[in-house]
Amino acid sequence: MQRIQAFIVLCICCAVGGTPALAAPTDLHDLDQVMGMLAMRQHGRVEFIEQQFLSVLSRPIESSGELRYDAPDRLEKRTLKPHAETLVLTGEVLTVERAGRRRVMDLHAYPQVLPFVESIRATLAGDRKALERLFRLDFAGSVSRWTLTLVPLESKVKQSVSQVRIEGAQDQLLRVEIRQPDGDRSLMTLRPSSLP
Amino acid sequence: MNVRRARVLVVWLGCIAVAVIVVVRAHYSTDLSAFLPAHPTPTQQLLVDQLRDGPASRLILIAIEQGDAASRARVSSSIVERLRKDPEFASVNNGEAVVGQTDREFLFQHRYLLSESVNAQRFTAAGLGTAIRETIDNLASPAGLLFKSLLPRDPTGELLNIIDQLGRSPAPESHDGVWISGDGTRALAVAATQASGSDSDAQSRAIDAIRAAFATAAAESPQSGSKNVQLRLSGPGVFAVAARAKIERAAVRLSIASSILVVTLLLLVYRSLPALGLGLLPVATGALVGIGAVALGFGTVHGITLGFGITLIGESVDYSIYFFVQSRQTQGAADSWQRLWWPTIRLGMLTSVCGFASLLPSGFPGLKQLGLYSISGLIAAALVTRYVLPALLPAGFTIRDVKPLGLRVGGLLRGAQTLSGGAILLCGAVLMTLAAGVLYHDRASLWNRELSALSPISTEEQNYDAKLRADLGAADVRDLVIISGPDVESILRGAEHAARALQPLVDEKVIGGFENPAAYLPSMATQESRRSSLPSAAELRANLSQAVAGLPLRADRLQPFLEDVEATRHAALVTPRDLAGTSLNAGFDALVLHQKDQWNALLPLRSAAVGGEIDFARVVAALERSHVDDARVLDLKRESDALYDNYLAEAIHFSLAGFLALTVLLLIALRSPLRVARVLAPLVLAVLTVAAGLAIAGVHLSILHLVGMLLIVAVGSNYALFFDRQANSEEAADSALTFAALVIANASTVIAFGLLSFSQVPVLVALGTTVAPGTFLALLFAAIGASAVRSVHA
Repeated sequence: MQRIQAFIVLCICCAVGGTPALAAPTDLHDLDQVMGMLAMRQHGRVEFIEQQFLSVLSRPIESSGELRYDAPDRLEKRTLKPHAETLVLTGEVLTVERAGRRRVMDLHAYPQVLPFVESIRATLAGDRKALERLFRLDFAGSVSRWTLTLVPLESKVKQSVSQVRIEGAQDQLLRVEIRQPDGDRSLMTLRPSSLP
Repeated sequence: MNVRRARVLVVWLGCIAVAVIVVVRAHYSTDLSAFLPAHPTPTQQLLVDQLRDGPASRLILIAIEQGDAASRARVSSSIVERLRKDPEFASVNNGEAVVGQTDREFLFQHRYLLSESVNAQRFTAAGLGTAIRETIDNLASPAGLLFKSLLPRDPTGELLNIIDQLGRSPAPESHDGVWISGDGTRALAVAATQASGSDSDAQSRAIDAIRAAFATAAAESPQSGSKNVQLRLSGPGVFAVAARAKIERAAVRLSIASSILVVTLLLLVYRSLPALGLGLLPVATGALVGIGAVALGFGTVHGITLGFGITLIGESVDYSIYFFVQSRQTQGAADSWQRLWWPTIRLGMLTSVCGFASLLPSGFPGLKQLGLYSISGLIAAALVTRYVLPALLPAGFTIRDVKPLGLRVGGLLRGAQTLSGGAILLCGAVLMTLAAGVLYHDRASLWNRELSALSPISTEEQNYDAKLRADLGAADVRDLVIISGPDVESILRGAEHAARALQPLVDEKVIGGFENPAAYLPSMATQESRRSSLPSAAELRANLSQAVAGLPLRADRLQPFLEDVEATRHAALVTPRDLAGTSLNAGFDALVLHQKDQWNALLPLRSAAVGGEIDFARVVAALERSHVDDARVLDLKRESDALYDNYLAEAIHFSLAGFLALTVLLLIALRSPLRVARVLAPLVLAVLTVAAGLAIAGVHLSILHLVGMLLIVAVGSNYALFFDRQANSEEAADSALTFAALVIANASTVIAFGLLSFSQVPVLVALGTTVAPGTFLALLFAAIGASAVRSVHA
């Protein structure tokens, strides 16, 4: 019975309050220019190395793979090491496939998961409106080298992410850092794909 | 004479009084059981129980249509939130998370008893290492991060395992957090009622609660997009309630309408209120005696018997018509009528009884009851006409002279007399050959062999239901594996055994999946083996420190894990009672049925593709291979269609036997094969013509058409016998009066049954479209045949 599906909800077990973010002036012109350049791209393919710093673990865990983007709303994160996992975000549906198991999550039901994926997708799409629906935006630097800081607006979202920092140059993303309210964070470094 | 008259009336009133007492004290049922076997095989019993009380019978499918997507989602959420507080419902789901604190705590507390992954190997150093590494890997994914805070207590990720175990069914598509149909035009939800599907009153309450919740929800959202949002419900309970209302409405409306028409007709003919009142006495007595006889014979009277019975003994109105019209001639006419016509009516009544007796041996309680009702009703009506009506007839009683009507009809038939007997015989033979040819040509598709033929639910509604079920994925409980045993523990063990046998079929995609009560609550044996596989605190500590060597996790962070495992080792096992208060309870209850001294575990199977068929042979083979001996596999639709098909075949055979019996009866009574042939030919021709006509119109015949054909023979035999009497009587009977009586009787039958054809209820339509044209044709053919005989004699 589908009722059981509801139990997936039990996933929502980490509930810690968020931290308020600071307001800062934004260079709107440069932000729009960067967003415009990003929006021009229909497809993107980059390699990533991600490090997770979790207080519960004594050392960071590292994973790597490939990130693909297809306009307007498809983001695929294929982790190759240490274990194969594919994560596809289409529209509002996140599909996670690993070890032959497939989980489908409607992100409406899991607002906690949303910032982890939507921050990257909306930035790659150059969709400022989508970003502003979820986050307060703070742009620093110039078009050639910029930093976009995203602070969640909704309290439910704040429970899982306190801040997302995206660094980039022109229409390339270089680093994505996601900070969680409990002090844990992840750092993703991106570079052009050399994978077949 | 007066003493005799008083005696007759006393006996009659006494019978009425007894019948009234029996009828008042009888038990009436409106549930499905009229359509279900009286002496079921064990498999049929399971089928009956499933249809009546099974999990499928409790589901109400809720669709929200029109408006815009956001409004539909909002209304869906609001309805579900409201209904979840309503005790009528065991569960309500639209895909939205039930953040059940109780559920979460329950699963987490008992995770080492409930998780299928728990075994001795799991807690060795190697097992722990693998499990913990996997949990850490999970943390790297955003979805796994949700479990981060649980790591110190649940490093082996048992909670996630249980959730996977429970969530194996595929979810419908969803949008804005609620389930939607594949084409995105409706929001969907499923409610399971606490009461069984056969409890129409409870189903009706549940439906009202859903409608009320919808009305409130729609009124609450002021946005323009939700202005025209519509609610549509489907499911067995909804159908049952709608069908009940529909049949009640149709029965009431139609019987009022046909009563008015027939009464008007009789008033026009008789021009006498006392005649009308007296004329209805045989029918009324017949109906009362019929119900009484059924109540005495069966204990319970089905709604269907009340609904159709009165139409079946409509023939008895004819008796009084014959009596009044034919006895009109002279003073002391009642006596001469008794001499002249009573034997004919008696014979007609007996042939009808032969026809209806063929319903008695049916395995279908509904048909059995209709048979008994008709037989006892007709006999009572005939006796009342014979003995009570003459006794009640006031002195100087007279009705309007209907001779002109008879003469006019006789004039119409004169055309037929100009034809030679041979020509008429030839025409009849040609028509019969044509009709038989049509029936032979359509023989493969002549009968509708599906139970849905009797369903008062329109095809559109059935298709809509199927569409919702397809969109909702697993909700269609059609194929089941059933495990029976003397107690809960035995069936849960059986269910676990069966699940192990079925899992390979899921992997090979023979079936899409299955549900299992043991997934909610494992058997005590399984729980016990899991509990005993948990190592002692010291051993676990040692294994753990070995397991985390090389992992980015320090053993001392996992102290809470050690404590929880130790606590479970001394904790009690989980019993069905512990499920109370969690939403697991509804899932478990729906799959576990208790009957008398037997328990049944249900494992509904899902087909691999939406709407696909399940390869039953492979399911049976897999269960046999694994020696799951106490399991049965049931396809509800196939079983119920087979059951109905069986009834139908049986009813056809018994009807033929009934026809044979009435032929023998006529042979004995008329003592002339030629006369019997002349009586039966118009009836057979009428039945064949009507059946061929229906076949040409694309109608597949159901069991109710068969009952209709019996009625054609029952009513038509009176007509044919009158003509036979007319032709073979030495006394000069007034043929014009007989014509008039037959035409009036037939008009009332055609009116009553013709009205049924306009009903929305398929069973009534079947009866109406068969009997109205059939009796008319029977009269026409009998009249033409009689004039042909006369012209030959002349």
